[in-house]
Amino acid sequence: MKWRKLFLVAIKSIARNKMRSLLTMLGIIIGVGSVICLVALGQGSQKDIEGQVASLGTNLLIIRPGSSQLGGVHGGAGSLGTLKLKDVTALRNNASLLQAVSPEIRVQSQVVAGVRNWNTSIYGGDIEYLSIRNYQIASGRIFSARDLLVRAKVALLGQTVADQLFPGENPIGARIRIGNVPFQVIGVLASKGQSAMGSDQDDVILAPSTTVLYRLGDGKTLRSIVASASSSEQMDEAKAEVQQILRSAHRLSGEVEDDFRLRDQTEINQMATRVTGTLTLLLSAIAGVSLLVGGIGIMNIMLVSVTERTREIGIRLAIGARPRDVLAQFLIESATLSLCGGIIGIGVGLGGAAAGGQLLGISVVINPLVIALAVIFTGAVGIFFGFYPARKAANLNPIDALRYE
Amino acid sequence: MSAETLSIKDVTKVFDLGDVQVHALRGVSFNVQQGEFIAVMGSSGSGKSTLMNILGCLDLPTSGDYLLDGVPVATLNRNRLADLRNEKIGFVFQGFNLLPRTTALENVELPLLYDRRQRIPQPRDSAIVALTRVGLGDRLHHHPNQLSGGQQQRVAIARALVNSPAIVLADEPSGNLDSRTTLEVLALFQQLNREGLTLVLVTHETDVSRYASRLVELRDGRICRDEPILVPRDAKADLAKLPAEEHL
Ligand SMILES: Nc1ncnc2c1ncn2[C@@H]1O[C@H](COP(=O)(O)OP(=O)(O)OP(=O)(O)O)[C@@H](O)[C@H]1O
Ligand SMILES: [Mg+2]
Repeated sequence: MKWRKLFLVAIKSIARNKMRSLLTMLGIIIGVGSVICLVALGQGSQKDIEGQVASLGTNLLIIRPGSSQLGGVHGGAGSLGTLKLKDVTALRNNASLLQAVSPEIRVQSQVVAGVRNWNTSIYGGDIEYLSIRNYQIASGRIFSARDLLVRAKVALLGQTVADQLFPGENPIGARIRIGNVPFQVIGVLASKGQSAMGSDQDDVILAPSTTVLYRLGDGKTLRSIVASASSSEQMDEAKAEVQQILRSAHRLSGEVEDDFRLRDQTEINQMATRVTGTLTLLLSAIAGVSLLVGGIGIMNIMLVSVTERTREIGIRLAIGARPRDVLAQFLIESATLSLCGGIIGIGVGLGGAAAGGQLLGISVVINPLVIALAVIFTGAVGIFFGFYPARKAANLNPIDALRYE
Repeated sequence: MSAETLSIKDVTKVFDLGDVQVHALRGVSFNVQQGEFIAVMGSSGSGKSTLMNILGCLDLPTSGDYLLDGVPVATLNRNRLADLRNEKIGFVFQGFNLLPRTTALENVELPLLYDRRQRIPQPRDSAIVALTRVGLGDRLHHHPNQLSGGQQQRVAIARALVNSPAIVLADEPSGNLDSRTTLEVLALFQQLNREGLTLVLVTHETDVSRYASRLVELRDGRICRDEPILVPRDAKADLAKLPAEEHL
């Protein structure tokens, strides 16, 4: 059998009823289009979330003080000032699965530069703090070990702070006042954008941990200890190790609860994956339902077509077409119809995704696998739902078909 | 004696319409030898088309045997029947049965689309040749609704000839033709017949039947006359005798 000819016959009969073919395809177009569009946007926003999670720091572990519990009344998280600099030292000395450890001290304060002022968070950390928290320097230099030692009054400005205090100027070398303490700006951080929770990660000032702790803070309590694990596969082992080291540093015996809390990035990741998982399930359901509806539409129109073309089928059978030739003709026709719908749907979906991404400000990820699946599925739908009408055509008796009015 | 191409014996055909039963054929037996040119006559409703459909393997008899080249047709499955129709038989339907919205050329090419064994290597060229033989070489790309009744009939004849069948079964192929075109078609048939083609042709016109070599007449589903025509007329000679001005 000449496939190319059969294909041309199919195209011709689809083109003959343009409006009807288009309406038939509409179900498939809408279904495939919406799925392609949503997948592109969904994966785009997942990529955005992943980027944001990564911007928090690589293999990040955060250790917070535990909440106080006095007579059954819980204080807020971190209400116990249980984390001290010696915990950082203990972790540095004993942990084998951590790449870097740094204290984190946070102070909220008014910052003044000349006539401008701004209220922001000042974070204190060690040199490792920048790599743990995934901060990069845009210009200037980071603080040195010596700065840490002498509690140097040097500061790194986040992009937002730099823009607020020094609009259109180079802040490096400039003097600012944090609270009542004068600082010198030694560098500006590269922009990190929003965090996964939507807070502005550029609205910060970084300074040596010792400076913040002793000159701005109370001199003893750490907000948290941040660390990055050596590998993402060993997060759980690293957490267990940190827990064990801190318990022994805090002299906590057997049954006593931890007086600190451990969080890691995977929790945030998991949340994101859970959301995407639900999204994927939902999308599959939409895809399934719309392909089903589209398929039924195709089956319906193919049945109409078979009835309309009974005489044509009779002629073909009478001049020597085998039933299977007629079957193939109608299967190719319905598969082509469905595939055309699928391809148009892919185009519509990608267009919609591009527009939607622009509108919502999220990335668009074009996944070739999803597109290939869409093509395969629509083809399969055409064949599946075209089979019954095609078989009906193939099983016609030539003389009855020729006599059909 | 030449080989028997078709042989039917005691063939009956009953159409069951629920409350009435129509006996279209009531026991028909006859043989067709290879190279014969048979004219089948009979009044309307006498069962001619029914007989042709059975001979063309389009329909099966209610009872009786049908051997085609010695093979009992009743034993063949749908695929074998389709192959037979495609390779051995050219059928001209009483109502043309051309595909609408399809050019004359594509209509004639259609049987070759199902030419599984590629017996005819150049489908397009063969179709053009067949159309030229019936005088439609200048109407290749016309759709049936752009052709006259007689032209449509000739497209149907070309389609029956294109697969170089051994037998052509033609159900009133000259019904819509004027006397000149009728003669042209008959001349073509006679020439093909001399080349070995077996022909069974249904006609209402005694004039047309004179060009055949044997006359079979049906009445009420039975054969009432079956006799050879000793001196068939020669269509080509008669064509030459037609006054020239009739050709327009
Ligand atoms: N499919 C059918 N169902 C019921 N009756 C039928 C069917 N086909 C034919 N008949 C009947 O069988 C009889 C023979 O019909 P047939 O078509 O063979 O006649 P015919 O000789 O070809 O007539 P005509 O010269 O008008 O073409 C008629 O009485 C007709 O009504
Ligand atoms: Mg008839």
